[in-house]
Amino acid sequence: MDVVYSVIPAGVLSQIFVGLSRTTILFIVASGLTLILGVLRIPNVAHGSLYMIGAFTAFSVAKLSGGGSTGFWTAVAIAPLAVAAISFIAERGMFQFLYEREHLMLLLLTFAFSLVFGDLVKLVWGSEYKSVPVPPVFQGFIPLFGGLPFPLYNLFLLVAGPVVAILLWLLTNRTKMGKIARAAAVDREMVGAVGINVSRVFATVFVIGCYLAGLGGVLVAPTVSVTLGMDHNLIIEAFLIVIIGGLGNIWGALLGALIFGLTQSLGILIWPKFGIIFPYLAVVVVLLFRPTGLLKSTW
Amino acid sequence: MSRETVLWLAGGIVVLLLCPVFLPRFYVYLVSLILLYGLLATSLNLVLGYGGIFQFHHAVFYGIGAYGTTLVLTKTGLPPLFAFIAGPLISAAFGLVLGVICIRLSKLYFGMLQISLGSLVWAIVYRWYSFTGGDDGIHGIPLPELLSSPKSAYYFTLMITLVSLFVLWRIIRSPFGSVLQGIRDNSVRSEMIGINVRRHQLLALVLAGFFAGIAGTLFVVVDNTVFPDMLFWTLSLEIVIMCLLGGWFTFLGPMLGAAVIVALRTFVSTYTDYWALVLGVVMMLVIFFLPNGILGYVEEKLKKGLIEPEIKEQ
Repeated sequence: MDVVYSVIPAGVLSQIFVGLSRTTILFIVASGLTLILGVLRIPNVAHGSLYMIGAFTAFSVAKLSGGGSTGFWTAVAIAPLAVAAISFIAERGMFQFLYEREHLMLLLLTFAFSLVFGDLVKLVWGSEYKSVPVPPVFQGFIPLFGGLPFPLYNLFLLVAGPVVAILLWLLTNRTKMGKIARAAAVDREMVGAVGINVSRVFATVFVIGCYLAGLGGVLVAPTVSVTLGMDHNLIIEAFLIVIIGGLGNIWGALLGALIFGLTQSLGILIWPKFGIIFPYLAVVVVLLFRPTGLLKSTW
Repeated sequence: MSRETVLWLAGGIVVLLLCPVFLPRFYVYLVSLILLYGLLATSLNLVLGYGGIFQFHHAVFYGIGAYGTTLVLTKTGLPPLFAFIAGPLISAAFGLVLGVICIRLSKLYFGMLQISLGSLVWAIVYRWYSFTGGDDGIHGIPLPELLSSPKSAYYFTLMITLVSLFVLWRIIRSPFGSVLQGIRDNSVRSEMIGINVRRHQLLALVLAGFFAGIAGTLFVVVDNTVFPDMLFWTLSLEIVIMCLLGGWFTFLGPMLGAAVIVALRTFVSTYTDYWALVLGVVMMLVIFFLPNGILGYVEEKLKKGLIEPEIKEQ
């Protein structure tokens, strides 16, 4: 470990790990966004709102089920499902009638949803800050590379990210449903022509994507203060990640999230006040050289 | 333009000129807001409706125009006239920079990259306390004596808006405007007949930025404040909704849409805190039932009325 220290200073190392935990959240949310973009071609502005609803629902569920570890795990199980249910109603009730219309209309419809969701959250939970406690299992710190304290919960996030990535990869590449969805992303008319119910495939993908937004919201809840407006910045970040990764590419979302999370956390070391601009600069640099993202887009 | 249209327009302008005479002060302020938001939406429509470019973050140019004017007014000793010209010019320059970065991307990519980069500008304005006032914004901006009363601010806004709308109208009716619409309808074919597609689009983006900057400057005149929410992305999508609601294939549609949204916001906000909810529902209704906007719908009905008698004659 001394070798690691001699190469990388402790502060940088700890920021890298902070960045990686942030990457996990960003990846989970962005992968849902990119899934919906790739298959349905909907730039889902309401994705951030679903993430926020996930976090607020996690707060309520954890509180109702008695808090502690049980509360946390119940929230992880239930809150994303609640978000998925909401998105299912929205998809069947509205989106499915607009697939033939242009992207702009779909984008505006999702924006309308994000406005409505934002106010509904305000209506249900009020505008005060909410905090979800870190479950007792993950409280405390573990020493990292010779004494550097690292929150146990963040370690959990570091494990959760790759797990979600692998599950998603299995879903899209190893199941029939995933293969159909990928085919529909390339040529939806052809998929319909061979007798597959495209509308149902779209609904499923939409719901899975939104489930991921909810999951991201639940997982982020113990590390931040859950508040109105937490959706506004996240959705922009998720869009950027999806763009630099390549629209519709799940590994692209992972790569984009890595670039974003790391430049964000390391940028703060370089220029504390304006650390926020580094991820954006990274995006500009990427797009100057590869206008359609780093990895292959499904578009 | 038919004789009838000219009469309607003249009538409208006379009513607008008389507004401060018979309307209370608050409504004069409201009409000023409608005018400048209408100009903002019309400038967006130049690229969105006529150019077919997905300009999703138009508010950034509006905000930059407002901040540009304000900062020149407060931080330098230059004459106010210079500040009023500088705001829109800075906006236009920014339109060029953002355009050069984004224009290589196609529709949705363009829009999403623009939202993202615009948000970066917002983040900088939001954090840079010493220069932009951070999230407080800047209040009580010193204006020249001539513009300090609400009435004179109103007339100034009205005059600038009318002149700008006239120029925008001429731009859309010019050969450049026709080319822009040609690119919207078929960019590949336009390229084939020797049109430089990107250069035309870029010029449209710069012009849209310039007029959005004018709207921003007018806001400084009317409201005396600037704040970072002026360049937040949610406002941009609200402007898109104004275009859509009024009818984005018509020239005056965005102005009408702005009037409806601004008036609705003012009245809804007096009753409830949930303006966003109302706006969201209105948007959903418009998307489903009025995809061509109010003016587009009216135009459709009028055309039907004109065509039907002809058929009867046969």
